[in-house]
Amino acid sequence: MQFSRRDAPFVTPSQSVPVIMQQVLFALIPAALAHVWYFGFGFVLNLLVAAIFCAAGEYFMLRLRKRAIEQFLYDYSAMVTAALIAFALPSLTPWWVTATASLFAIVVAKHLYGGLGFNIFNPAMAGYVVVLVAFPLDLNLWTAPRMGDLDYHYLTFSEIARYTLTGTFPDYLSFDAISRATPLDSVKSGLVGMQTFQELQTLPMMGDFGGRGWEWIGNFTAMGGGWLLLRKIIRWQIPLGVFAGLLLPAGIMYLLQPGIHASPGFYLFSGGTILCAFFIATDPVSAATSDRGRLVYGFGIGFLIYAIRRWGSYADGVAFAVLLMNMATPAIDYLTRPRIVGHVKDERKT
Amino acid sequence: MSAPTYDLGKLHGGLRLPAEKRLATNQSIQLLPLPEQLFLPLSQHVGDAAQPIVNIGERVLKGQLIAETDSSLSAPIHASSSGKVIAIEPWPVARRYGNRAPCIVIECDGDDKPIDAMESVAGYESLTPDDLLLQIMRGGIVGLGGAVFPTAQKLMAAISGPLDYLILNGVECEPYISCDDMLMRERAEEVIRGAQILMHALQLSKCYVVTESDKPEAIRSLGEAMGKIADDRLILKQVPTIYPSGGEDQLVQLVTNLEVPSGGLPTDVGCVVQNVGTAAAIHRWINLGEPLISRITTITGDGISNPLNVSARLGTRVADAVEFAGGYTDRANQLVVGGPMTGKSVTTDDIPLVKATNCILVLSETPDIGPEMPCIRCGECSAVCPIQLLPQQLFWYACADDEKQLRKHGLTDCIECGCCDLVCPSHIPLTADFRQAKARMLEMADEKARAERARRRFESRNERLAADKQQREEELANQKRQAKSIGSAEIQAMLDRSKEKKEDD
Ligand code: SF4
Ligand code: SF4
Repeated sequence: MQFSRRDAPFVTPSQSVPVIMQQVLFALIPAALAHVWYFGFGFVLNLLVAAIFCAAGEYFMLRLRKRAIEQFLYDYSAMVTAALIAFALPSLTPWWVTATASLFAIVVAKHLYGGLGFNIFNPAMAGYVVVLVAFPLDLNLWTAPRMGDLDYHYLTFSEIARYTLTGTFPDYLSFDAISRATPLDSVKSGLVGMQTFQELQTLPMMGDFGGRGWEWIGNFTAMGGGWLLLRKIIRWQIPLGVFAGLLLPAGIMYLLQPGIHASPGFYLFSGGTILCAFFIATDPVSAATSDRGRLVYGFGIGFLIYAIRRWGSYADGVAFAVLLMNMATPAIDYLTRPRIVGHVKDERKT
Repeated sequence: MSAPTYDLGKLHGGLRLPAEKRLATNQSIQLLPLPEQLFLPLSQHVGDAAQPIVNIGERVLKGQLIAETDSSLSAPIHASSSGKVIAIEPWPVARRYGNRAPCIVIECDGDDKPIDAMESVAGYESLTPDDLLLQIMRGGIVGLGGAVFPTAQKLMAAISGPLDYLILNGVECEPYISCDDMLMRERAEEVIRGAQILMHALQLSKCYVVTESDKPEAIRSLGEAMGKIADDRLILKQVPTIYPSGGEDQLVQLVTNLEVPSGGLPTDVGCVVQNVGTAAAIHRWINLGEPLISRITTITGDGISNPLNVSARLGTRVADAVEFAGGYTDRANQLVVGGPMTGKSVTTDDIPLVKATNCILVLSETPDIGPEMPCIRCGECSAVCPIQLLPQQLFWYACADDEKQLRKHGLTDCIECGCCDLVCPSHIPLTADFRQAKARMLEMADEKARAERARRRFESRNERLAADKQQREEELANQKRQAKSIGSAEIQAMLDRSKEKKEDD
């Protein structure tokens, strides 16, 4: 009898890239629902636009690079990028902004660097930073979160769709009437304007820790993140690193001078911190790869987020922090190589 | 009965694999019937092939020496049964490189008549360790855990340094394989008696008999045998069921909490590791006079109708063994010699069962797991690597063929356990890639060594020539000095001689 030949091992691997990506998408569902609840239906439109352009970019680049289209198109990695872009953008964003971010993410940040597995930068964050620089005004249009006691303007679907498609509102609505500074913005400018953090905390937009609404989005995001941790899709080192990198300096500064610094809790529950810790920084391709390296990488991101929020010119620093640490990844990987069993410690350095 | 003690050390990573062992362990070890023909490869061990000392047409008896060794690293081969040598020719075998190797083919006469003068040793305790080791060498004993390193040579190398422990490896961590488990269950006493011989040969007074937590029956019967033999130098130990805790270096690490240095051997940390099957074989040879002519083999997998463990004569064809195990099922598609993690797949079942064959695994077709994807650097592989390597980085450098980085990242430390493959979501055949990269590196090292040797030869030749020349000049000067005091005829003769010498060069 004749038998077929293969190389050992003969046990089938249990995990696969598409399944991992699907689970990441799945874990984003609670956060997405919270987003829609607090910031309206625009999120869904953004997600749709991002998904279409990411998929188109992926298809186009795979064709161009003569890669197996079915294989990669169905690995869902482009969809994760699309989702992260949608989360980063305000829920009211004209489609061309979303499209630019998506195309840049997939075409330049992902494929021109060699495609899945070879991209140095987190594609979603690279795409986001490009539109942040190119369309700064459009990215300021955060609506107030839907919290009963604010002068909340409920936007109808047609109003949202009109804005997404054309970038304009009907005459009876104005940009100023519905846009709000985000809590991060307000606190930053408040602190610069010599208000104490305690005064700022009395603003109606502020919740228990971070901004109203934002806190809850954070909680739902963490729920998905926790599920990923349980399923071992992500490991704990990066989230822990991010939190530690952000909370340690924030906590120390706050303890030293509680008046002129925002509380660590505020930083934790504002902006994209939690999304970053569980979903953005944990993108394996652009992150450090060893356990210790990931702690360092996460810590670096957390610290940079704090530094940018506190002293930088942007209100939130997630995207820049991630991209900066992406650049440091090869060095981190090299310096945090684990000691190989059977080798003495110092041998590593030679 | 002595109760097991637990391990001290810890292994990085590793995998909990589905054991799949029950398949073959619910019936006792069966004696495989004598086949019509036996195919005995001359090389069933690490090192040089044995040299046949029988002729075609010659009658041989069971246990008769049919191939002996003249090299320092080799092991003799004995006839597994009585019959006639009908050929010495290349025959398919399971090897990593090449598919055929010279075999002595014996047509069995069915009498299974043993050789009269089976050298049995009255009492090994009266032998010096050196004599005992020589005797072990004569039995053709090699490591039966799969590595098939000649046992006596391994022990000889070991006693040259200080030793603390003998470790008997009964940790059969690969899925499916259960031959050691069954051996410990049914022949625990042989194992323990073999351990005593080994301790005498090594002049050691401490031996850990180690097995895995998922083998309660083996632990029980080992404990009983140890209670009966009542040798307090032996200690039963249990390690957790994690693949690859049965690797030699990994086991040392688990039992003694010492790491075997990179590129070193367990003896560097004072340990000698022997497989339980090897110990039993030593007992059978030294105490009973039976050389290594049979072994226990697991025949299993979903491609086998009636999976079981057999005690098989070496040289039996796999096809004959499978027939005894009820034949193949319809699903049989791959034939693997060894376990599912480190075994080797072969195309034909004509190959004989040899000293190394601990398992014959017949599997159904591998499910289609989709194409290989690029590495997404998820780090799962490094999380399970028992050596704490970074397979993702190794893979990267293997693709780039960057030898320097490969060395730095410890490619040569990779034990090819296959753990990284199993967890890789991109389905990259990492272990196979590392095997290839290692082979390439060896090749390059080989080339380098050859170039180095040539360079040294060349240099030393130049030196030699220069020295010769100087010497000759000195001689000539001497002669000239002398010449001043002797006649010209003699000078001429001397010069002629020196010229001749020069031409000789
Ligand atoms: S498990 Fe596979 S995909 Fe993940 S880092 Fe290792 S090689 Fe890359
Ligand atoms: S095959 Fe090598 S690299 Fe992979 S897990 Fe085993 S030792 Fe580590």
